[in-house]
Amino acid sequence: MSDYRGIFADGLWNNNVVLTQMLALCPLMAVTTTATNGLGMGLATTGVLLASNLVIASLRDFVAQEVRIPVFVLLIASLVTLADMAINAWLHELYKVLGLFIPLIVVNCCVLGRAESFASRQQVLASAADGLAMGLGYTLALVLIGSCREVLGSATLFAHASLLLGDGFAFLETTLIQDYKGFLLMLLPPGGFLVLGFLLAGKRAMEQAAKRSKVKEEFHCSVQ
Amino acid sequence: MRDYLFILLGAALVNNVVLVRFLGLCPFMGVSSKIDSALGMGMATTFVLTLAVSASWLLEHYVLIPLDIQFLRILAFILVIAALVQFTEMFVRKASPSLYQALGIYLPLITTNCAVFGMALLNVQQKHDFLSSLLYGFGSALGFTLVMALFAGIRERLALANVPAAFTGAPIAFITAGLLALAFMGFAGLPVR
Repeated sequence: MSDYRGIFADGLWNNNVVLTQMLALCPLMAVTTTATNGLGMGLATTGVLLASNLVIASLRDFVAQEVRIPVFVLLIASLVTLADMAINAWLHELYKVLGLFIPLIVVNCCVLGRAESFASRQQVLASAADGLAMGLGYTLALVLIGSCREVLGSATLFAHASLLLGDGFAFLETTLIQDYKGFLLMLLPPGGFLVLGFLLAGKRAMEQAAKRSKVKEEFHCSVQ
Repeated sequence: MRDYLFILLGAALVNNVVLVRFLGLCPFMGVSSKIDSALGMGMATTFVLTLAVSASWLLEHYVLIPLDIQFLRILAFILVIAALVQFTEMFVRKASPSLYQALGIYLPLITTNCAVFGMALLNVQQKHDFLSSLLYGFGSALGFTLVMALFAGIRERLALANVPAAFTGAPIAFITAGLLALAFMGFAGLPVR
């Protein structure tokens, strides 16, 4: 049981796809103009990641070592095709917003990365847990950055959630400041880079502070 | 003629792959600490991206549409790109060993460069003809190389700068990229689409 706790801690924080490994940045920057888009993209990626880890872990004994990468890529591409069609059919509004970035889950390095480094070596259940944890960690980062950009840019949170994700999500919609004039920069491409830069600095400052209070030694930051 | 020039400029500057479309950020962040490697990555990507966009256009118009199987586009394109990268690697190794030495490690990385796959998909959506597709791919690859070289130049200087401890490395790189993106937004004023 304890190793499942480890898997989830890794996926959500210690080894977070975005905040620590800095992978899968393209969809992250492109879709996070609102928290809702981030949530939608995160859940789509989580679904694909869970399914691909599950399939690859169950097939790993039947795939020869030498051809495993092409086989994994084809499996992932088929799963993404399914996700693409499913979102187009049932969440068409979300499909229009995310557009190109749903097919791009194929080349999302975190999906192939987890398939190669975890699912091809571990049990089916552990792989599924790893896919879920990594996906949720990614969703967390997407929602975090989406919220920052949305709050700074238009002072709302989860706008259009009921339109994009279904009526069940209507409770998330909030407006923080009435008559906010808007800060367009945050919604434009440069805003994504700036917000992520400050968030990464914030995470590092937090970790340094925690470490400094734990050990009195000089802490040398070796992360580059 | 004018139209073709506009496609080239529009793809390279106005809708820059990295800074406006957010494609290919992994090599942009990962391989940009030295100008030499940034240029090598840019050249390798230019080659593959131009070929991939044209090849995927041919595939779409001569295989997928006649057979009415456009829903297999994701699978088909990713196969074409992987095969193309493999082929490029073998061809360059035979034809020019010195170029292979220079590009060597960057070639396999391009398969997972989302700029290649993304531009191939975008190009098909935009209903270009073949020559426009070629220029569209080449233009976006030029834009990619330009931004890689610019960013690597800035980062070489940044390595010597005195940056607050929490911002060293990745965070300051992202903020720099943000400012670079801000500068590129000036191109949005060009009368090109």
